[in-house]
Amino acid sequence: MVEDLKPRDSAEVEQTVRWALAGNKSLEVVGRGGKRAIGRAAQWDATLDLSGLSGVTLYEPEELVLSAQAGTPLAEIEALAAASGQQLAFEPMDYGPLLGAATAVGTIGGALSANLSGPRRIKAGAARDHFLGVSAVSGRGETFKSGGRVVKNVTGYDLCKLLAGSWGTLAVMTDVTIKTLPRAETEQTILVFGLDDAAAGKVMAAVMGSFADASAAAHLPAPLVTRFADVASTHGAVTAFRLEGVAPSVIHRKGVLEALIGPFGALGELGEAASRAFWRAIRDVEPFAAAGPGGERYVWRISTAPSRGAEVGRALAERAQAEILYDWAGGLVWAALPPADDAGASLVRSTLAATGGHATLIRAPAAVRAVVDVFQPEPAALAALTKRVRESFDPSGVLNAGRMWAGL
Amino acid sequence: MPVAMPLSDEAVLGRRAEIVAALKRIVPGEGVIASEEAMRPYESDGLTAYRQLPMVVVLPETTEQVAAVLGYCHREGVKVVPRGAGTSLSGGALPLGDGVLLGMAKFNRIRTVDFDNRVAVVEPGVTNLAVTQAVEHAGFYYAPDPSSQIACTIGGNVAENSGGVHCLKYGVTTNNVLGCELVLISGEIVRLGGSHLDSAGYDLLGLVTGSEGLLGVVTEVTVRILKKPESARAALIGFATSEDGGECVARIIGAGIIPGGMEMMDGPAIRAAEEFVHAGYPLDVEALLIVELDGPRAEVDHLLDRVQEIARQCRAVTCRASGSEEERLLFWAGRKAAFPAVGRISPDYYCMDGTIPRAQLPLVLRRMREMSAKYGLRVANVFHAGDGNLHPLILYDANKPGELDRAEEFGADILRLCVEVGGVLTGEHGVGVEKRDLMPVMFSETDLSQQQRVKCAFDEHGLLNPGKVFPTLHRCAELGRMHVHAGGVAFPELPRF
Repeated sequence: MVEDLKPRDSAEVEQTVRWALAGNKSLEVVGRGGKRAIGRAAQWDATLDLSGLSGVTLYEPEELVLSAQAGTPLAEIEALAAASGQQLAFEPMDYGPLLGAATAVGTIGGALSANLSGPRRIKAGAARDHFLGVSAVSGRGETFKSGGRVVKNVTGYDLCKLLAGSWGTLAVMTDVTIKTLPRAETEQTILVFGLDDAAAGKVMAAVMGSFADASAAAHLPAPLVTRFADVASTHGAVTAFRLEGVAPSVIHRKGVLEALIGPFGALGELGEAASRAFWRAIRDVEPFAAAGPGGERYVWRISTAPSRGAEVGRALAERAQAEILYDWAGGLVWAALPPADDAGASLVRSTLAATGGHATLIRAPAAVRAVVDVFQPEPAALAALTKRVRESFDPSGVLNAGRMWAGL
Repeated sequence: MPVAMPLSDEAVLGRRAEIVAALKRIVPGEGVIASEEAMRPYESDGLTAYRQLPMVVVLPETTEQVAAVLGYCHREGVKVVPRGAGTSLSGGALPLGDGVLLGMAKFNRIRTVDFDNRVAVVEPGVTNLAVTQAVEHAGFYYAPDPSSQIACTIGGNVAENSGGVHCLKYGVTTNNVLGCELVLISGEIVRLGGSHLDSAGYDLLGLVTGSEGLLGVVTEVTVRILKKPESARAALIGFATSEDGGECVARIIGAGIIPGGMEMMDGPAIRAAEEFVHAGYPLDVEALLIVELDGPRAEVDHLLDRVQEIARQCRAVTCRASGSEEERLLFWAGRKAAFPAVGRISPDYYCMDGTIPRAQLPLVLRRMREMSAKYGLRVANVFHAGDGNLHPLILYDANKPGELDRAEEFGADILRLCVEVGGVLTGEHGVGVEKRDLMPVMFSETDLSQQQRVKCAFDEHGLLNPGKVFPTLHRCAELGRMHVHAGGVAFPELPRF
């Protein structure tokens, strides 16, 4: 029988971890549970539910900072920022559609723990780049803080970076401070039709090195295009670029962009509303949504050098009939593979061994995630360092043990 | 020296000849420097009030040599202080008398430039400016631009997480580094990140960036390069009070404008700079703001009009927009020369580096004036206004007995004030030895213990750059002990489901 523990404040979080330590119990740490199906499938003695730690405690738009309890819904934070003309520039994706879980349930703590980002990653960074300060309870049952509530700070080690993307395996965040930034006044998306993956990679590289200053660049191979009503075309594949900023700037850069990509194919465009909807769908990987036509496939999230993206995509498509979606100008490859016992892990890992980068198995049944390395395996010296770092926070393996790596 | 450094290990000093000989076997030729005269240039960094000759200087040329030197020191229990160009303003590269000073200057090559992926792979001894120079022919640049960029190295920038005047819009080092090769004190070599985004496991790259040489030695760095903005224009705006200037900064950001650079100077800094470079700064204002917009010309012109409108609403006394590239550079000339300008009006100055919530600026400046009267020392302020990073320059004369001590006490009071108003001890210069003993002002014993446990994960015996960052050195075994007290069935009051 797994117990659910729902502390109401940071002191109770500390008590909970101490209770687990004293009783030799392991804890599954969750915000509102939207990403529970990501990670190795493991068993825990109790669930530490942080949804009770909710509320924005400080928001100073002119200082570009916002503090909140870790269980605060992202939606609440984004709405508050929007009311001041601001946003979380890292554009945190919602895993709901991909995992077939509820949408819009994510918390700020979960967004940071998973180091979420979106199409704007290539220009504005990931959650890690906007994480300014934290108070957390370590696996030793001790409350510590790191960072601060100002946007520029190098005092002591940047433990925020370490906690970002640690999937709750180092400490339980209770209070966080993040950077907020102005929302772009307007946006527009320019499309070029009919490029194959390799050509799209080259065009995206040219655009990213130009004055067009695109805030997103994605490529949808032909089979995926039909899943986007707004961009469906008779030309097959679609390569898309987002321009954001003040209107005179967007108009000017549209001219720069069209002059650059015009020679490669027919062009199209999406106005502000359609552009927002399109990039939200890319952000949330909707072509591979659990409820969609590829819903039974296993999904990998692969980060590689943008110039190698098409090569990775081709290998997986040719050898495993994978469907591919490219974001981050080719640097983020979402691959949906037909079900297989090892989820295609050996092919994915061996492909990346040649190209560089890392892969995470995001969607697969628990039985598969129990036997396949979900996160990228590390070379021996690095794995040993990772283990020592984990033990420096959580020597007893109380927090989310086994979620990232077996036995850790 | 007012800051106590770790006690010298007499056993190590007694074996100096043997250690030097062993190091010479690893780094042959002139890569090991052991004579007092030749080691003299290494006795200090940018924080020149502190000096200490190292036991020996080693200048390796390959990653394998770095690994062998560190592995040897690890086995033999010898301390190591890494050093880039030695421009640290916080004493981060201050040597230890019983330690190896590991200079990375010979790692000075740019290995690859990859425009398709917009990255450059460089050795850590390459200067910050040299990265930009290597890519500017194609219209690219490396964004972080610390004021010492002509001399400071990328390895040092990674160690200190260096910033610069453009970091509000373009980020500091940690936002612009994608990968590194890191040698651990054990001599093991690990690669973190690469040309791709995000780390595979824990973000150890993010942790190492800004770790001040306490976790490992970087032997290769992959940095992001960006397309240089198409154009830039600046506005030079004077205010009668720092309150008006501060309000203007807040309203610019509140209006959704993130300038490429936004710098403020106070009255004493304005006058010293104007006297020195004749940039045309108004002398009858108490706050001067330089706001630079960069990007396509249409965007820059559009936003600069809005900035000027906001400035007028904030009671600007003067407001000029640059009409040419020469004029823009002239606006910057005074700001960029602010430190040497202050150097002209005082025999010595001490540069501080706190960050405050910007709204607290008028209060902080007022309290600083009171401290200035109390300590009998003048102070001039330059301020990265966009991100709240304050650089008070305390004017003193090291030849007058007691003035250096008073300047240091004044500086410590300023940093305590920064923390008191919600800010931090250092925005970009690092803790080093300079702010080490102030760390408890900002962090509890538990906070510092957790940081030191992370240090233990990298360097169990505390051999890498000891005496920096942490005010008290604890043994890793002691930090690792668990004291768990939670009896019986805990907190029946806790909601369960």
